Amino acid sequence: MSATTVQTGDTPVFYQLEEEHHEPGGSTLLGFWMYLMSDCLIFAMLFAAWGVYGTSFAGGPTSHELFKLPLVAVNTAMLLFSSITYGFAMIAMQEKRQGAVQAWLALTAVFGAAFLCIELYEFSELIHEGAGPWRSAFLSSFFTLVGTHGLHVTFGLIWLFTLMVQVARKGLIPANVRRLQCLSLFWHFLDVVWIGVFTFVYLFGAMR
Amino acid sequence: MSETLTKMIFGRLSLESLPLHEPIVVATFCGVAIGGIALLGALTYFRLWGYLWKEWFTTVDHKRIGIMYMVLGLVMLLRGFADAIMMRAQQAMAFGANEGYLNAHHYDQIFTAHGVIMIFFVAMPFVTGLMNFVVPLQIGARDVSFPFLNNFSFWMTAAGAALVMASLFIGEFARTGWLAMAPLSGLDYSPDVGVDYYIWALQIAGVGTLLSGVNLVATIVKMRAPGMGLMKMPVFTWTALATNILIVAAFPVLTAVLAMLSLDRYVGTQFFTNTGGGNPMMYVNMIWIWGHPEVYILILPAFGIFSEVTSTFSGKRLFGYTSMVYAVLVITILSYLVWLHHFFTMGSGASVNSFFGITTMIISIPTGAKIFNWLFTMYKGRIRFELPMMWTIAFMLTFVIGGMTGVLLAVPPADFVLHNSLFLVAHFHNVIIGGVLFGLFAGINYWWPKAFGFKLDKKWGLVSFWCWVVGFWVAFTPLYVLGLMGVTRRLRHFEDPSLQIWFVVAAIGAAIIAVGIAAFLLQIFVSIRNREALKDESGDPWNARTLEWATSSPPPAYNFAFTPIIRDLDAWYDMKANNAKRPVAGFLPIHMPKNTGAGIILAGFSLVFGFAMIWYVWWLAAASFLGLVVTAIAHTFNYDRDFYIPVEEVTETENARTQVLARLGA
Amino acid sequence: MPPFRRALRPTALIATLAAPLVLGGCDLVVMNPSGDVARQQADLILWSTFLMLLIIVPVMALTVLFAFKYRASNRDAEYQPDWDHSTRIELVIWSAPLLIIIALGALTWLATHKLDPYRPLDRIAPGKPITANDKPLEIQVVSLDWKWLFIYPEQGIATVNELVLPADRQVRFRLTSSSVMNTFYVPALAGMIYTMPGMETKLHAVMNKVGSFEGVSANYSGAGFSDMRFPTLSVDPAGFEQWVAKTKASDTALDASEYLTLEKPSEKVPAMHFGTIEAGLFDRIVQMCVKPGSTCTSHMMHHGSGAQQVAPPVNDKPGEGADGALMKSPDEMKTSPHLMHPHGAPAGKSEPGAESNRNMTRMDAPAYPGRAAAGEA
Repeated sequence: MSATTVQTGDTPVFYQLEEEHHEPGGSTLLGFWMYLMSDCLIFAMLFAAWGVYGTSFAGGPTSHELFKLPLVAVNTAMLLFSSITYGFAMIAMQEKRQGAVQAWLALTAVFGAAFLCIELYEFSELIHEGAGPWRSAFLSSFFTLVGTHGLHVTFGLIWLFTLMVQVARKGLIPANVRRLQCLSLFWHFLDVVWIGVFTFVYLFGAMR
Repeated sequence: MSETLTKMIFGRLSLESLPLHEPIVVATFCGVAIGGIALLGALTYFRLWGYLWKEWFTTVDHKRIGIMYMVLGLVMLLRGFADAIMMRAQQAMAFGANEGYLNAHHYDQIFTAHGVIMIFFVAMPFVTGLMNFVVPLQIGARDVSFPFLNNFSFWMTAAGAALVMASLFIGEFARTGWLAMAPLSGLDYSPDVGVDYYIWALQIAGVGTLLSGVNLVATIVKMRAPGMGLMKMPVFTWTALATNILIVAAFPVLTAVLAMLSLDRYVGTQFFTNTGGGNPMMYVNMIWIWGHPEVYILILPAFGIFSEVTSTFSGKRLFGYTSMVYAVLVITILSYLVWLHHFFTMGSGASVNSFFGITTMIISIPTGAKIFNWLFTMYKGRIRFELPMMWTIAFMLTFVIGGMTGVLLAVPPADFVLHNSLFLVAHFHNVIIGGVLFGLFAGINYWWPKAFGFKLDKKWGLVSFWCWVVGFWVAFTPLYVLGLMGVTRRLRHFEDPSLQIWFVVAAIGAAIIAVGIAAFLLQIFVSIRNREALKDESGDPWNARTLEWATSSPPPAYNFAFTPIIRDLDAWYDMKANNAKRPVAGFLPIHMPKNTGAGIILAGFSLVFGFAMIWYVWWLAAASFLGLVVTAIAHTFNYDRDFYIPVEEVTETENARTQVLARLGA
Repeated sequence: MPPFRRALRPTALIATLAAPLVLGGCDLVVMNPSGDVARQQADLILWSTFLMLLIIVPVMALTVLFAFKYRASNRDAEYQPDWDHSTRIELVIWSAPLLIIIALGALTWLATHKLDPYRPLDRIAPGKPITANDKPLEIQVVSLDWKWLFIYPEQGIATVNELVLPADRQVRFRLTSSSVMNTFYVPALAGMIYTMPGMETKLHAVMNKVGSFEGVSANYSGAGFSDMRFPTLSVDPAGFEQWVAKTKASDTALDASEYLTLEKPSEKVPAMHFGTIEAGLFDRIVQMCVKPGSTCTSHMMHHGSGAQQVAPPVNDKPGEGADGALMKSPDEMKTSPHLMHPHGAPAGKSEPGAESNRNMTRMDAPAYPGRAAAGEA
């Protein structure tokens, strides 16, 4: 690297004299994306734990005995539907149709809530059968992985409701659009994680 | 009141939880309480509460948040060092019939607290504080990407520190060593509150660390001044970028592993238990997958500081900038491939051990290249021996020894005899004190005038410098020798009297370091008193090279009235060399974020939540968690988060600066 | 060239200081051990250090030299403020460490495989190879809270806090732990290895000298950790036979119930000897099923493989681990006292081994063989 600066014909400019218009929240999507990646690492650790403990039944019930795939399939469908409806909400948002956005968001919330209810039902069944998270490391990692995902969905729902109120009060202003985009990332991220859960935990687990 | 009701209200907290029977702790508590009351009284008397709240606690200004991080780190350094002195004293006296003055219960908490505090609440706040203060200035930005998150991150870190401090007087801290290895940290072997304090302090502080990592990465990626391509970024900014990427990629692992440990403790899951299919080795692996990158999270910014300092005080461009940057990136990536070297002795196969041993050694190649780069930056320079440069040279001479012993420990069969020995303890203090801490002192001495507008006193700085350097070697050389004598770590009592002399020497070294710390505090005190004499109005007291020196000291809230345009790596040097004219008219109103109290309130709720979880006060935990969620939601309803600094104010500030510069130039 | 001589001075000083330590060495047990494995490990330390000093010494010397020569007050020295690149120097500063690491890496690969603790030894000492007939002595090691149990399965004896080895005979240690992790470490013998609950590790070693050495736990394991030391006696073959015979004469027996008593936490336990042992005890300890009625895990931690069988399903909580805190009713919840509460005599006055020491670290001190119940004082 040469030491002296390049001298062009005209005098160098060292300060920007006109204020550049900075988009407020210009880094928000990048920052939120990085947060998601860090969250993804938490899931990666939980998947790693599942990989290690997935067969540590400790003499207790096995994944083959416990997992009810039809129920999980319904559950997966709920989450996938909610992702689609969120996608429609985003399309409506781009078309600036506030009412449609709200409707689609509400539908997303319904599917999300259904997903959570089915998951809670599944958990309560398992605990009722004596297969609680304390029974074996296999169940500990199962409940923790699936439960952490469920917890994320719960917070996603709280966020969704909050946003619906905010959209209702302020309309589709840039700040709200940005927030809807972040939640969109979050919601689809949970969907992707669930695909991993469904494949590696339920399908492979049931086959064991 | 029935006992059940009492327990529902207070959980496992009772009067017996207070260490009223422990004279050392009670005396400490009295000291802290009197000091605290005096401080609070003084704040009230001088009516400083409003000022502190408005200007500092709720600030979103990255410079002030950076300074608050530094204050937190300094306070915790005193606590952590008190622990160190107590350990050294115990080990120096506890031979044969003498049991020393600390029982196992107390001693085991002290070495755990020392490690936790020094890493999480001294080194991390110092490093984060410096990055917070310097990075936006260095890249010509007005603030970080997410100013509110920055404030929130700081308060979460402070809340974690507060929990650790609370454990001193209410209950106890963990007795597990600083990584709380399972199964010792499980409910079966540590049923008391200590490990819970550990978990919640680290989880709460961890949220802050992670968010500040996200924040700084976004800042560096998105907010650089025009013209500053990646390869024109100052090296400190590069190391800050690498460190924060490491934070974003490593801290979630810690969060996950601590979450699993807390599930083991709170729900009874079987992750790291001996029974039920659990596997404690999983904990060891996972915590070191975080733990090793953590080492580089601390040292990389120090490397950045040394780069800035060497270049500035040698009056020379940094030698081998490109290879420096690649070295940082290689270290960043490799730091994820070495974690197993922390437990070669757990019986992995020879090939696995060799693999991790050799990857560890490979890290020493870029590190060595960096040392050479500093060396050749000095070569054919004009070296001014100001304090930051002295710290840098002391670092170069000290750190290479630590690096050498580190590579030695990376040879698995050598590690078999040196693992968990005092040799290991000496090694990591050699790199953490000789690397991170020396770097932080270099950084503090270097950037202090930028933060406050006056230099630090050199005389007391020299006293502090020599005490630290000499004290370090006196304290840790004996530990190297003891390690080779087969003495292992965390021992409270010894039988062999021939070892005592080495521990006495080490204790003397710790005492010399204590003088070094006292001299550092005095240095700050004397400098504040003599601030008029030490004043620097130019904003560039060291004839430095990077952008932060282009603005006034201390910089205005908006950092730069006009965003600089970068043409060269040493942007400010380039401006000086080309007689860049600072614009003196035509100012515009500046768009800035508003202060907010949401961060401190959220952190307050987190603190209460952590405390309630530690003591099994479920109703309070639920209530504070609800408070947390409601506050967070309420905060999102606040859309009015920014304002414009009026043009008159900008003009006034800048005109004052113009006058000062004219006076200096005349 | 006075600056250069000056630069050399600190390193020379260190060398002079270090020399008596290395040469005079009876203190530095790690560098001057009595077992062949530790001997090779010490040699490896010296070789690695030497290799690294090849680059460390020039760096330190150059640092001092450059700092001195290019000081600002020395106006004679050349000053090139814009010189920041030299391909030749860059090549050297990357390749020099690289070459050393290649050498060290090769050394590491070889030594790690040769000195793998799981690998049976191929020699007793330099020049004394092991033949197929030389059967290793097996010693089973269990770290307990806070003492060491050594089982000699062939001899049918066991000891606590005393390890006796025949000199010049290969020993195969099989190690595990009863509760938390510890590290088995006899510096004079060989490197350390973790002992872990529910898992088994192995260590092969040989002691070449007769004498008395010290063994420790090198991994912190709780309140009594500091006193987890055991004398390690290396004796000649005749002496070993004698010692075995003497121990066999002891009428105490180590069976499951004895072990369960022994397993309870205690500190500063004097050496104990058991003349007879229950067969298969060690394997049951590894599988965490010494207690009657408990199911063995069959989850052995063999070198690199985690074989695992599934026991028949039982739907109750396994083991006797504590319930999670959230599962407890308020009545079950103990308040957490500050554990330093009931003190015995103040620390610093007591004699080692005195009962009062125990009070400071542990509230309940159960009785165990070789020592009466204590701690009420």
